[in-house]
Formats: sequence, structure tokens, C-alpha cells
Amino acid sequence: MISALAGLPLAVGQVGEGFFKERNGSACVEHRSHLFCFEWAREHIGDYATPALQQLELVVISVLIGFAIAFALALLAHRFRYLEPPLLAGTGILFAIPSVAFFLLLLPITGRGRETAIIALSAYTLQIIYRNVMVGLHNVPESAKDAARGMGLTSRQLLWKVEVPLAVPEIVAGLRVAVVSTMAIATLAVFVHAGGLGEKIYGSGNLNFPTTIIIAGVIAIVMALLLDAVLLIGQHFATPWRRAAREATA
Amino acid sequence: MSQALLPHPLFAGFGGAFEFIFSRQTSNVTGGHKVGGIDQVLELALRQIEVSVVALALAMLVAIPIGLYLGHKGVGEALAIGLGNASRAVPELAAIALIAAVVGVGFWTLVIVLAVLGIPPILTNTFTGINQVDRPTIDAARGLGMSEFEILRKVEVPMAVPSVMGGIRTSSINIIATATIAPLAGVLTLGNFIINENVYGANGVLAGAIVVSIIALIFEFALAGLQRRLTSKGLRLQAQ
Amino acid sequence: MRFNHKRPLMALFMLIAALALAVGISACGGGSSSSSSESTEAESTETTGGEETSEEGGEGEAITSNPANAKVSLTIGSKNFPEQEILGEIYTQALAAAGYNAKSDLSLGSETVALKTLKAGKISGYPEYASTALTAFFGLEPEEVPADATEAWEKANAEFEKEGLTAFEPTPFASANAVGLLKTTAEKYGLKTISDLEGVSEELSLYGSPECEERIDCLAGLEKYYGLKFKEFKPVDIELRYTVLEKEQADLSILFTTDPELAAENGKFVILEDDKHVFPAGNVIFVTSKKVAEEAGPDYEKTILNVQKGLTLPVMQELDARVELERQSPAEAAAAYLESAGYVE
Repeated sequence: MISALAGLPLAVGQVGEGFFKERNGSACVEHRSHLFCFEWAREHIGDYATPALQQLELVVISVLIGFAIAFALALLAHRFRYLEPPLLAGTGILFAIPSVAFFLLLLPITGRGRETAIIALSAYTLQIIYRNVMVGLHNVPESAKDAARGMGLTSRQLLWKVEVPLAVPEIVAGLRVAVVSTMAIATLAVFVHAGGLGEKIYGSGNLNFPTTIIIAGVIAIVMALLLDAVLLIGQHFATPWRRAAREATA
Repeated sequence: MSQALLPHPLFAGFGGAFEFIFSRQTSNVTGGHKVGGIDQVLELALRQIEVSVVALALAMLVAIPIGLYLGHKGVGEALAIGLGNASRAVPELAAIALIAAVVGVGFWTLVIVLAVLGIPPILTNTFTGINQVDRPTIDAARGLGMSEFEILRKVEVPMAVPSVMGGIRTSSINIIATATIAPLAGVLTLGNFIINENVYGANGVLAGAIVVSIIALIFEFALAGLQRRLTSKGLRLQAQ
Repeated sequence: MRFNHKRPLMALFMLIAALALAVGISACGGGSSSSSSESTEAESTETTGGEETSEEGGEGEAITSNPANAKVSLTIGSKNFPEQEILGEIYTQALAAAGYNAKSDLSLGSETVALKTLKAGKISGYPEYASTALTAFFGLEPEEVPADATEAWEKANAEFEKEGLTAFEPTPFASANAVGLLKTTAEKYGLKTISDLEGVSEELSLYGSPECEERIDCLAGLEKYYGLKFKEFKPVDIELRYTVLEKEQADLSILFTTDPELAAENGKFVILEDDKHVFPAGNVIFVTSKKVAEEAGPDYEKTILNVQKGLTLPVMQELDARVELERQSPAEAAAAYLESAGYVE
């Protein structure tokens, strides 16, 4: 240690020379009102990796679960038409409840943590996906169904080989909306200690620091748009007949 | 009282919350101040409703005319739709926190943020609602000698009602949800109970969540009912 | 041929998103650790514990790793503002250096939440202010809080022991609540002490944390002992205590005497003198359960008392400044302190 070289004994427990810094207020971060400090952002961007991944995980799991349930419900309602209005109303109620409230309503039952967040987020996606699957199935043209019946397809084959594939664009549209909305809402998971980018916004020391709020918000938005793009590309590959049709009419 | 009505341990937690809503409780922080009770709950609930209604009205005031105009002319699709898509991606927590840190806390700053968040769904849905009225119908109307404004009023708008109302309902849900975390921006709404567990206790948190949910559902049902009344008979029959 | 309007826009979005991601990844420097529950690696130095390394005239001693501690897991909590998180990190890193399997669970909430979490066994211990413990937990009036740090600790410890908890001896520095305002406001109304607010306070708004309203060492005390009534009290998050003054929305705001903002910014913010001593200053005492202390062995208390010896008021203020002004993470500030003071290499 420098002190030893200087021949002066430095006690443990006393901070070294130069520990106390002169602050003249010139650094960007020292001002509460500075909107964005690039220097700080560059140094600390790595801190956002874990929260971002936590949030991504929450969203992907929730949308998958929500999709599975909503799809099943829609098929049920497609088969038994009388179920349609009550299911729409039921999922609509889940959708209308503010997510923060939903997280906390679950608290006594599922406690703090990821499970609570996932349940609430999945419930939120139900109405979006359910509605879109229903619309997609409704919009299958009668001509296609007649042709299929004419070819001797059973009800089941009709559903899975004709109706569902033709409903894919509408279903994917619903998935895209669900994914983007859920990503935005998942920032609130911080209120149930489920991690995510919300911790960089509401966590200690962040509420008065615009730079971190902006970074967290932008990352959330970018992730949402990326997932949206991925789904769009996926749809492109899942519906080759639309490409053919487009080329044919070009 | 509530313990007897809700014996199941799962719901015992909710019993405490209902007590919080209706009667003042002793806070578990020193000072012995009582918290909760129907007047405090109502005060925060009314504040939340007030903020949400004003923001929704502002959003409608801005979004509907623009949506009508663009939809009727058939231009600006990219703007109307793109804006709708983009706004869905904005995390409300970031918007509220940013406003609090940069502009400061206050009623009108909050209302403006909420209104801005509420504009895109209404704009998008108004646009698509008007834009998707099919050309033959409009041509027929023109053929009958209607002016542009009459076409808008008598043909396009009635057909667009379901879509526009859908947009308003979506906005309403978003606005109420964001108003819940308004205490971060200094406006005390029901979220105050939810965010400050150390003052209001677990009962308060749950009570806040319950009341917010009830209010959200009331709005939703009211708007759904309004939509049903405004949708012309013909469209309703068509939808069935 | 129908030209799909949506495709170019979608492509543009994708391009921007891809670019943003690329920028983000390239800007990704060495990841610095975040402040929430992280296991800090135990630094292995000499293996025999309990040996005093003699440093000339030193009050503390360098921390040595004792392998006997490796089987003990500790979780150190903290309350929800930067000074608390720094302390939590200092204790966590010090205990890790001593060979414990220590991790942090910071920013739990206010004092009631932290105590609840401790009693529930979810954390091993957390740093509390003796004055807060006495007034908020044990119902003392501010005037009953001893001014002497050791007395205050003894009094608090006696109460904690009744609940199966125990508190270690206090830090050198103390912190207290304070009524703060812009210097311009103070000059305008000629305010130097809190008593000066008499007759003026009805025109002024006071902003504080939500729990402040009920705490006797906060608003409740101002109303009771100074007889002050304010135009309004607005609860805001602790983090915004300077923002609301700066944006001139709050006339008065509850601050802490150790806040770095008070020393910086050319005296823009000032605090009023607490002439009636309603805001007792509290040294930090580490509160833990007796059971945990027993199971963790002698190094637990020894390390904590050792590492906090260097926390004088100037040092704490400097650490606060690094986190609140320079936006370092509490973990970084804690590590810098431990290294500079010679506790770890």
C-alpha cells in the first residue's frame, strides 16, 4: 500500500487518501433533471441484462400458457356455440382488471414471486387471443369448408386441416397484440417481487433518475417489437398459400 | 363479521380486506392513527375516477376527430395503425415514473400523460372503423346526393360505432390501470393503498386491489352497455 | 396488384429494433453486479480465523476468511433507500470475506416491513437506526430517546431481546430526519429553525414518505411538539424528496441529515434546525435474531462491529454521494469502502 511506501502507518478502518472526492456538479448524473446520461448508460448497460431476461421469460411463459388456454376455450366455443358469449364475457372481465390489482388479488393465494405474475399475465392475454381465434375461425370462407366437406373430410379433419390453418393469420395477429401488451405490463411485476425491468424503474434510487427509467423503458419496447417481428416472420412461413396467392394476383 | 362469512382459509385474507374498506383500522405504525374506512376509500376511489374520466374525455376529444377525418379521407393509415401498435408497447410504469422525475408530480401532468396513452387505441379504432365501411355503400350514398359530412354522419359513423367503442373501452382499461399507479406521480388514487403496504398493511393492499377491480369492471360494463345502445339495430343483427 | 401498406412499416420497425439491439449488445461492457440478492464470492486469504492482524494504531482489522463459516448461510436485508442499501452491501461483502455464504436482499421496504421480514426468518439481519427502533417499534417519545449513542443502543437492545432479537453496537455516524427546503424559500420566509415555521406553516406544503404521516419522529411529531399545521401533507416516494423541492412543488420536504445533496449543489438545499429535538439522531445498530447469531458463531458479530468502525459521518456521506449523486450501485460503493479502509484486498 502507498502508505507503507510513505512510511506512514495507515490504520484499518480509516479510508485512504483520495477517498473523498471533489464534486463540482459537472457530471451529467449529478443533476436530477438531466434526461439522459450517455456515459453512465454505457458503463451500466450490463446491469439491465438480468432484469430484461427475467421479463422476457415472464412474457414468453405467460403468452404460451394464455395461448394454450384461450385456444382450447375457443375450440370449445366453436363447437358449442352457446358457450361463446359467456366465455367472451369471462375473459373480458380478466382483461379489464388492472394488472397491478390482479397481481395483488392473487397475493394471499399464491404469494409473492414469479408464479403470481405469470398467472395474472396469462389471464390478461386470454381475452385477446380468444377473441382473435374466434374471429379467425368465423372468417373461414364457406366455400373452403364446402370444398373440404365435398372431398369427404370428417369434422375433425375439417377443423385441423382447413379451419385452423386458414385462421392462422388472425390468430397470429392476436398473439402479436398479446405479446406486445404483456411485455409492457410485465414491467409492473416489480410490485410482486417477480423481477423484470420494473426493478430498474421503481427500485431504490431509480425513481429520481430519468436515465435508468428511459433505458428500462426502451429495452422493454425493443423487446416487444422484436417479439412482434418474430411472430410476423413466423406467420409468413406458416401460411405459404398466402404468399402464393399474393404472387398470383401480382 | 367477515370471518364468519368466509370460513375458508384461502379467503380469510379477503375478509380482512373487506373490513379495511368499511371500517377504520389501527395502523401498525406508531402514532395510532387509524387508516382505511369507507371515507378514505371513497376519497381515493373518486380521485381515480375523476382522473380517468378527464383523461379519457381528453383522449376522445383529440383522437376521434382526427380518426374520423383520416378514415373518411382514407389517408394516414400508417400513422393511425402504427401509432396504435407502438403505443401498446409503452410500459405505463416507465411513462409515469419518467413524468414524475422530469416534470414533477401533479394532477394535470398526470392527466395529460394518461390522455396521451389513451389516444392511440381510440385513434386506430376510429380510423379502421370509418375506413372499413365498404366503397359500394359510400358510392351509393354519394349517388343519393349526400354531402361529404352527411355521408360521414349518416353512413360511416353508425357503421363504425362498434369499432370506435371498442377503442374507447380499450383506452378506458389502460387509463384506469395506469391511474392505479398514479401515486408515484403524486396523485393519490387507490394505488396508494397498494403501493404503501407499510402504512396500510396487507389488508389495505388487498382492499385497494379489490376496489380498483370493481371500478374497472363498472366502467367496462357501462361502456359495453353504451356500445350496445349506440350500435344501430342493423349492425347488431348482422353481428349475430 | 395490391400494395400492402403494412409491410414497409413493419420492415422499418424490424430494422430499427435490430439496430437498437445491436447497439445494446455492442455497448454491453463488463457487467457490473446489481444490488439485488447476489452471492458474493468468499475471498480466501489466510485460513486460521480469530487471529488479530496487527495494524499499527488501527481500530479495525483486515477481514480474514474462516472456513468454519462456510456452512452458514446469511441473508442481509435493508430498508428502501440508498444509505440503507450501502450498509447492507457493506455487511454482506464483509461477511462473505469472512467466509460466510452471505447474500443480500436489499430494499425490503420501510422499518415495519423490514422488522416483519426479520421476524419471519426471511432475512438474518438488517441495519436499523436506534432512534427509529425506539420511536417506531417501542413507542418512545422523541424526548425519551437518549442522545448518547451507547445508551440508545442499550435501551433498544433491551427491548429487542424481549422479542428474541438482538442488536449489535452502534456505528460511529448518526442520521436523523430533517425538515428541508430550498435556500431561497428559507430566505424568503426568514426560516432558520423549525420553530420559525410557526404562523408560516399554514401556507406551506410538506412532502414526505407515506409512513412519515404517522411517525412521531416525522409529521406526527411536528404536529404534536411544534404545534405546526401545514397547508397540506403529500406522501411521495422517499426517492423524490429532492425532486419535489427542485420542481418547486413542495415548499418543505423531509430529508436526512446524511444526504449528500445538502453538501453539494452550492447550498441549494438547507435544513431547519430541530430546536426542540423532535428528530432524534440515530446511530445504526445491526438487528438480528439471537438464534441466527448463535448459529453463525463469533465471527458474525465480530465482522460486523469491525467493518462498521470506519463509518464516520464524512465517510458515510461520501458513500451516499457516490450512490445518490454519481449513481454508482450500492455494491460498488461498498466494495470501494472495504478496499480503501483496508478491510479487504
